[in-house]
Amino acid sequence: MTTMVVKPARTRVRKKLVLTAREKKGLRLSRALVWPALIVSIVLTQIPFLVTIYYSFQEWNLLRPGSRGFAGLDNYVTVITNGAFTQSLGATVLITGSSVLLSVIIGLLLAVLLDRKFMGQGLARTLLITPFLMMPAAAALVWKWAMLDSNVGMVNWGLSLVGIDPVQWNTDYPALTIIMVLTWQYAPFMMLILLAGLQSQSGEILEAAAVDGAGPIRTFITMTLPHLRQYIELSVLLGAIMLLQVFDPIAIMTRGTGGTKTLSYLLYERAFVGLEIGEAAAYGVLTVLVTIIVATIALRLLFKIFKSEGAR
Amino acid sequence: MTKSYSRRTRLWLSVAAFSSVGALLAGCTGAGAGGSGTGGSDGPVTLTLATVNNPQMKDMEELKGTFEADHPDIKVNFIQMEENDLRDAVTKDVATQGGQYDIVTVGSYEVPIWGQNNWLVDLKPLLADDADYDVEDILPPVKDALTVDDSLYAVPFYGESSFLMYNKEILDAAGVTISDHPTWQEVADAARAVDNGDIVGICLRGKPGWGELFAPLTTVVQTFGGNWFDEDWNATVDSPEFTEAVQFYTDLVKDAGESDPVSTGFTECLNLFTQGKAAFWYDATSAAGSVESPDLSGVAGKVGYVHAPVVKTEESGWLWAWNLAIPNTSQKQEAALEFVKWATSKEYIELVGNELGWSRVPPGSRTSTYEIPEYQEAAGAFAGITKDIMLAVNPKQPGVNPQPWVGVQYVTIPEFQDLGNQTSQFIAEVFAGRSDVPSALAKGQALAEKAGSAQK
Repeated sequence: MTTMVVKPARTRVRKKLVLTAREKKGLRLSRALVWPALIVSIVLTQIPFLVTIYYSFQEWNLLRPGSRGFAGLDNYVTVITNGAFTQSLGATVLITGSSVLLSVIIGLLLAVLLDRKFMGQGLARTLLITPFLMMPAAAALVWKWAMLDSNVGMVNWGLSLVGIDPVQWNTDYPALTIIMVLTWQYAPFMMLILLAGLQSQSGEILEAAAVDGAGPIRTFITMTLPHLRQYIELSVLLGAIMLLQVFDPIAIMTRGTGGTKTLSYLLYERAFVGLEIGEAAAYGVLTVLVTIIVATIALRLLFKIFKSEGAR
Repeated sequence: MTKSYSRRTRLWLSVAAFSSVGALLAGCTGAGAGGSGTGGSDGPVTLTLATVNNPQMKDMEELKGTFEADHPDIKVNFIQMEENDLRDAVTKDVATQGGQYDIVTVGSYEVPIWGQNNWLVDLKPLLADDADYDVEDILPPVKDALTVDDSLYAVPFYGESSFLMYNKEILDAAGVTISDHPTWQEVADAARAVDNGDIVGICLRGKPGWGELFAPLTTVVQTFGGNWFDEDWNATVDSPEFTEAVQFYTDLVKDAGESDPVSTGFTECLNLFTQGKAAFWYDATSAAGSVESPDLSGVAGKVGYVHAPVVKTEESGWLWAWNLAIPNTSQKQEAALEFVKWATSKEYIELVGNELGWSRVPPGSRTSTYEIPEYQEAAGAFAGITKDIMLAVNPKQPGVNPQPWVGVQYVTIPEFQDLGNQTSQFIAEVFAGRSDVPSALAKGQALAEKAGSAQK
């Protein structure tokens, strides 16, 4: 048994150290073949970013063609001193964070419910996934008109049945409204990932836990949740990336009022309402930097919590 | 498999690889530049027209065959876009000298700015010697708004002002009457009197945006004696008059207005009013077409129209027009001029009336439109008052004090979109009770000071 394990290891080492001339040439060819794809991806991703950095040092309002010129760090000074950036960062963290958290919790509940045999399981799964398949703009319009409209909306009609006065959703609770729409749309996505995780869990382990006398709740907390750790991490990561870019419901429903001006909406306003190309580019560059920093710290922190819980 | 690649072969491979990338890039630039280069002097000229996708523009596309039949050497290609997309696309193309479009639809806010930047062809000398076109027939206030330093940079396709609409049934049932030239106080009292759980007293736009909330609100500010800037471009957003007007507007919405004001713009008010759930509605004169259409409206024939409410001024309607203009970068300006003339002519208005029906005639561009008997019949409920208001508004001085720009519900400086947008967001916080009017306007004042100093 031991020789069998060692043998392939040895050949692998030998292969790494000594390459024949033929193999070297083959490797060169494969490298040469990668170049076109690499160049295209550099052209498509890095050059726009470099141009953005260049624009961020320009003073350029589209409607003032005469006054275009080098601005030094002026744009960055404006962006940092006027307070809109930090406010917007806070709004982004609040909206993204709470939507992702709620989506994961609701997605987990739905996944647990779906992870059992019952009549019409396939139909239920398809219906539950529908919100995620809907275009974001269409979803926002459905929520704006059919659900939350103060005149004909179903939510306010439902509230009126139990004697609650109509709620002015977009005026009084803009952040909550956006979080609600996003959670509705992204919980099914979380559900899909977590359902895959649940179905990959071996039935024997659960059976063994039951034999040992663990109740369903205990089994879920001590066996299923640690098993789902990777899946939860993945869904949080993907959800955070997608929700950071969210734009449609804000543009359609709240127009950036009441703490819903996320970074992507702020950027849109600077570039397309303000027509300040330089300032918008500076916001863009800072957004990229801050997103990388925040995401790295937040994700590390989150994963640490999960890891230590899994070890417990 | 045993083939080994020589140094030369490898070189060729790399060259092939790089050139394929090159070809790809060349393809990209080719696609981007394709719009401008085509269509030389021989063969038919193809004009590219960028326009908003409003119903009147769709009618124009439907009828372009008549023009093409009269001008066999000119073809017109329509690109229709939503208002914000059009603004983005055309601004970018014109500002970067892209030359993609031969004719563009421009709002009256942009025409003076673009004209000053020398982006648009001055149409005045080109139209002056054409007696058939009759440039003097264009409604004077609209023409004023499109003229900078005696140059006419665009001609109106259709125009609008604003007025007060009221539901006669609701007012009769409540025993409330309204005069033909009401004051805002009178309207506010009437709206508060009829407002109850089922009926909204008055629908006023509250959705943030310089073209949403601030279209009606700026006219209110101006008739209260306030304005964005004084004669020397000093910001006056925190002035007592501006504050009083915004306080009045937000209070009225809270007491007798629609619920959820931040969601409510033109479309939402139109819904509320045509469903008979609002007693008053102060908005664009162009809304009347939909309000009086039995297909779209439950209140057709039951609506009264009066002048925009005032406080300190004689008249308080706004002034907006969608106009046709020719960018300086167009290579086919002569052919473009032919089409612009045709689409804004008296004959075109006759053509729409005869082909598509008189209720679909583009309003608010020419005085002669209002003298056509068929049009008077089709739009009798609101045509007369629309013409009166459009002739009465004064875009050179809509408020109490003189202003250094021409225009009613906007300021023709590049920074205004941003200023109006952000200030309207601050006011949205007032609707929600998270802020009060003085502190919202203090923030607006800071922005306005910056924008104003760029003009000095």
